[in-house]
Amino acid sequence: MGFLDLVQIHKTFGVRPGTMPAEATSVRGIPATAAVVDFNLEVQRGELVSFLGPSGCGKTTTLRMIAGLEQPTTGTIRIAGNDVSRKPANQRNVGMVFQAYALFPNMTVASNVGFGMRVTHKPKEQIASRVTEMLALIRMPDFGDRYPYQLSGGQQQRVALARALAIQPQVLLLDEPLSALDAKIRVELRGEIRRIQQQLGITTVYVTHDQEEALSISDRVVVMNAGRIEQIGAPFEIYNFPQTIFVAGFVGTLNQLRCTVEDPAAARLSFDGQVFRAGNPLAAAQGASVLAMLRPEELRFGAVEGENQLNGVVERVTFLGAIVRIQIRLGQSLVTLDALNERRLTLPKVGEQQTVSFPPHAVWVLQAS
Amino acid sequence: MRRTNVWGWVWVLLGTAYFLMPLLGAFQFSLEMRRGVLSLLAYQRAFADPEFWSTFLFSNQMAVLTIVVSLALIVPTAFWVHLRVPQWRPVVEFITLMPFVIPAIILVFGMIKLYKSPIMIGGLTLMGPPTNSVIGTNALLVAGYVILAMPYMYRAVDAGLRAIDVRTLTEAAQSLGAGWFTIIVQVILPNLRAALLSGALLTFAIVVGELTLASFLDRPAFGPYLWLLGQHRAYEPAALSIISFALTWVAMGIIYFVSRGRGGQGQVAGAH
Repeated sequence: MGFLDLVQIHKTFGVRPGTMPAEATSVRGIPATAAVVDFNLEVQRGELVSFLGPSGCGKTTTLRMIAGLEQPTTGTIRIAGNDVSRKPANQRNVGMVFQAYALFPNMTVASNVGFGMRVTHKPKEQIASRVTEMLALIRMPDFGDRYPYQLSGGQQQRVALARALAIQPQVLLLDEPLSALDAKIRVELRGEIRRIQQQLGITTVYVTHDQEEALSISDRVVVMNAGRIEQIGAPFEIYNFPQTIFVAGFVGTLNQLRCTVEDPAAARLSFDGQVFRAGNPLAAAQGASVLAMLRPEELRFGAVEGENQLNGVVERVTFLGAIVRIQIRLGQSLVTLDALNERRLTLPKVGEQQTVSFPPHAVWVLQAS
Repeated sequence: MRRTNVWGWVWVLLGTAYFLMPLLGAFQFSLEMRRGVLSLLAYQRAFADPEFWSTFLFSNQMAVLTIVVSLALIVPTAFWVHLRVPQWRPVVEFITLMPFVIPAIILVFGMIKLYKSPIMIGGLTLMGPPTNSVIGTNALLVAGYVILAMPYMYRAVDAGLRAIDVRTLTEAAQSLGAGWFTIIVQVILPNLRAALLSGALLTFAIVVGELTLASFLDRPAFGPYLWLLGQHRAYEPAALSIISFALTWVAMGIIYFVSRGRGGQGQVAGAH
C-alpha cells in the first residue's frame, strides 16, 4: 500500500456514482463517456509521479478525482490509509496548482498564500510566519504586498505553488502548471518545482502533456491513453523500454520498422530484404511480424564495423543547432537519425546512398498490432 | 497623416444635441421661476417641501432593501448557474426577462389580489393579509421592486461572473479548505464589486423613480410625489428632473471609477 492509492478507479461521465462500468451505457439518450478506465496506482510518500498523455486521455480527470473536484464512478482513493473517495474537496487537505494559476485577484500575494490557513482559523502569528516562510521558499520574499495583476506568469505560478503548500497538504497536485508559460520560463520553473518538492518531501502528482517535462522531474511516469494506463515506470525505463506501441511512439521520437522474424533464438530480423539483429532472443515465432523500434540518437551515420547496417537514400537533412537530423528512406520507411553537431561533420547530400548503423542492443522489439 | 472621420463627428454632434438640448431646455425652464430673472428658486422650493424629504427617504429605504434582497437572491443563483448548470443559463435569462414583458400594473394587481387574503397552508393561517399592515405592504413593495429590477441586477451580476474564471477560482478555494459561504463572501463577491455596484445603482434608479407599484400599494414613495407635484406645479418638477439626471451621472461616474480599481474584476491569470 502506498501513501496515495488509487484502486480500480473508473470515471464515466453521464452516469451516477456507483454505476458499474458494464452498466454504464447511454443515459437519457446521451452516450456515457468513459474518461478513466481501470486505473490502479500506488504513490509512495515523497514521490513525484507524473501523468503523461495526449489531450483527452483522462490524466486531468484522474487528478481532479484525487482532489475531490470529481467523483469516481467506482473505485477507491486512499490518502495515508484513509478512504477519501466520497470526501468533498475542502476536507481532503490536498493542495492544488492549476493551469490558469487561479490566484484571487482581490487579494495580495501574502493574502493569497495565507488564504488556506485563514479559512481554517489558524492564529494570525502562525499565518504570518508561514507566509514569510513560503515566500522565501519560492524566492519572492519582497512580493507580499503586490497583487496578481502586477506579477508575470512565472511569478503568479510560484505564488500559486506557495499557496498550495502553505496549508501543509498531504498531497500536492499540479495540473499542467507550466503550459501557459513560455519555453524558457517553463524550464526554469520546472526545476524550481522539483527542488521545492524534494526539499519538502511532499507526495506529488503532476499532470502534463509535455514529455520532456515529465521525464525531467519525475520519479515515475504514468503514461495514459484513452483513459487507461499504458505503462508506469521511471523516466529511463519509459523512454528506453516502452511496453506498448503507444508509449514507444508518444515518448520521444521513434523509428518503427515493420520486420519479419527470421530466427528468434539468434534475434535475427529481416526488413526490406536486409537483415539485422536485436540484442536479445525474441519472444515471437519465426515468420511473425514485429515492430523493431530505434531511437534516432542510437543510429550512426555511415558504416560502423560490428554493428547492424542498413542501406538507404538520404531524403532530408535539417540543421537544428546542436543536432543534425537526417532522414533516410529505407524501403517503405522513413528513418530519422539524430547526429550530434561537430565542426568536422560532413553533412550528407539529399539523394545520396548512405548506410545507417546501430548496435543490436538499440533494437527494441514489440509485437505488431 | 491621419484621416479625420468627418461623418463620425457629425453623428456624434447630432446625437449629443439630441440628448442635451431637451436637458438644457428643462434646466433653463427650472431657472425661470422668478419672472425675468434666472434663479434657483424652484430648487429651493423643492428642497424646502418636507414631503420631498419624507418620500425621498422612504424610497431610499425601499431601494436599499430591494438591493439587499436582490443580491441575496441573484448572486447565489447566478453563481450556481455559472458553476454547476451552465446549460440552464438561457432558461434563467428568459425568466429574468419576464419583468419586461409583464407590465408593472399587472404585477401590482396580481399582488393585491393574491395578498389581500390571509396566507394559509393546508387550512392553517400563517399570517393575516399582508395588505392590511404597513410592514406587509412595504414587504410587497420591496418584492415588486425586486422583480422589476431583476433583469438589470441579473445581467450586471452575470456580466461580472463572465469576466472572472468562476469555476477555477471556486475550485482553488475549495482545495484550500473553503466552504461555500467563504467562497462567495471572500472570493466571488469582492471580484464582482463593479458589477454589484452597477446593478445596485441601476436598482436604486428604478426604485426611486418608480410610480405604479408605489401608487397602487398606496405607499409614500418619491415616484408618486413627483407625479403629484407635476399636476400642480411647473418649475419644481423641472428642477427635480435635472436633479435626477445629475444623480444618475454621479452614479455612473462612481461605477466608472470603481470598475477601474485594481482589486476588482480582471482575468484570473494569463500568459505574459
